[in-house]
Amino acid sequence: MADLSRTAAIVGVAESDEIGTVPNKSSLQHHMEAAANALDDAGLSKSDVDGLFTAGYSTYATGDYLGIKPRFTDSTTVGGSSFIIHIAHAIAAINAGWCEVALITHGQAGRSNRAPQPADPSLPTLQYEIPYGFIGQPINYAMGATRYMHQYGEDRTRQALAEIAVSTRKWALMNPKAAMKDPMSFDDYHNSRWIAWPFHLFDCCLVTDAGAAVVVTSAERARSAKKPPVWVLGAAESHDHLGISTMPDLTSTVSRHTGPAALGMAGLTHSDIDLAMIYDSFTYTVLITLEGLGFCGPGEGPDFVAGQRTAPGGDFPMNTSGGGLSYTHPGMYGIFLIIEAVRQLRGECGERQVPDCGISLVNGTGGALSSTGTVVLARD
Amino acid sequence: MTQQPYSKPLPTPQPESDFYWEKTREHELWLRSCNDCNQAYFYPRDLCPDCFSRNTTWVQASGRGTLHTFAIVHRAPTPAFRDDAPFVVAIVDLEEGPRMPTNLVDVEPDPSAIHVGMPVEVVFDDVTEEITLPKFKPAG
Ligand SMILES: [Zn+2]
Repeated sequence: MADLSRTAAIVGVAESDEIGTVPNKSSLQHHMEAAANALDDAGLSKSDVDGLFTAGYSTYATGDYLGIKPRFTDSTTVGGSSFIIHIAHAIAAINAGWCEVALITHGQAGRSNRAPQPADPSLPTLQYEIPYGFIGQPINYAMGATRYMHQYGEDRTRQALAEIAVSTRKWALMNPKAAMKDPMSFDDYHNSRWIAWPFHLFDCCLVTDAGAAVVVTSAERARSAKKPPVWVLGAAESHDHLGISTMPDLTSTVSRHTGPAALGMAGLTHSDIDLAMIYDSFTYTVLITLEGLGFCGPGEGPDFVAGQRTAPGGDFPMNTSGGGLSYTHPGMYGIFLIIEAVRQLRGECGERQVPDCGISLVNGTGGALSSTGTVVLARD
Repeated sequence: MTQQPYSKPLPTPQPESDFYWEKTREHELWLRSCNDCNQAYFYPRDLCPDCFSRNTTWVQASGRGTLHTFAIVHRAPTPAFRDDAPFVVAIVDLEEGPRMPTNLVDVEPDPSAIHVGMPVEVVFDDVTEEITLPKFKPAG
């Protein structure tokens, strides 16, 4: 395999103009605002874009709405991890010469527009899961958490989920863009209502309106960007099922493959990571992703996150934006992980800035714990 | 006495699953099985998902299994499930090997009453004239 490490960089990141509850804007407008903002962040213009990436929508739709005619197009849609996987595809395309400036966009009026999406009845999930009420990820992921509790202990699992919810809220309080503005105590967590046992409300991510965009370009062009480049050192992707009932092991995502592969490509180990950005669709997602990535072993996650270790001031900064749990989550949150990692690596995060943040590992999870994409990012 | 029409989502049988749904209507649970792997699998596919063999057949399942995992749904995912909540979604390890999604019924929707690994057995819920959903209850 060609060594693509450090051959391309992220030069622009942005959200759409307003995120949170934005009833007056469509999903595609969120795409467009975020694209304009990210290109501005990069010091590039729309005419520079020759590679277009999105998920959920086809680039047919985003290309049309944004007025972009790409010469490289990728609509890979494997859930909320897709945008992290797009980074991997972008660096491959840039190195192959298929494009030079890759624009990845996401937008979803997840809160204000809940028009159901038509689904193909021949999909196994439609035939064998949906009729039983396996509808929506809280229910699917909750079944994963139950299995984990059975294997590794209910009380220590519960404590771990609480640790993650509480620590993530602390970070959100330092992010002006975060939807959640109030502190969360452990009691608040435990007293929040049941959504799908074993999940409380505060185990579950938000549902917001938001857009985001990321610009990736070649090493050569990155050197002349407006801000310091953030290099892609490693990237990997995988998936191992569609619906939760065909997940081979409900306590282990394919982060067990993508984490080591991305770190291997980067030539780094876990101790090199200054900031972990881990898709927190649910508290449980974080718990098993830390294990899958290899920060700790299977079943060791509860010990790893104990004592607010991932909170501000802890020795393992994680999800410093406030995450999908407390910052924003429009439907497919993965791209927002990249935005925060890039801002931290540039030193733009003010009160919540992680000191000497040089290397970040970003892991997205999509579907019903189905897919993961991992990237390792670094400043110069 | 008017009966409420069934408003929850229904499966749409497909060519490879017509037989499965015909048999559930007869209150039997049948699985697709590979003659080369000697292994049953779920969900039904004409070709074996392990080895791509076309040498596959239908076998009747015992209807017995154990609970692989579950969740108790308190917040109904759609209005059609509101009257059911709290209800139990579950994944069952069938005696023949495969795992299948289902509901656990005839049980208190309370975590103290439900245990991963508990023995369960199939029951058939005739939700419409055409569709019968196999569900599971604690084994008697
Ligand atoms: Zn086979």
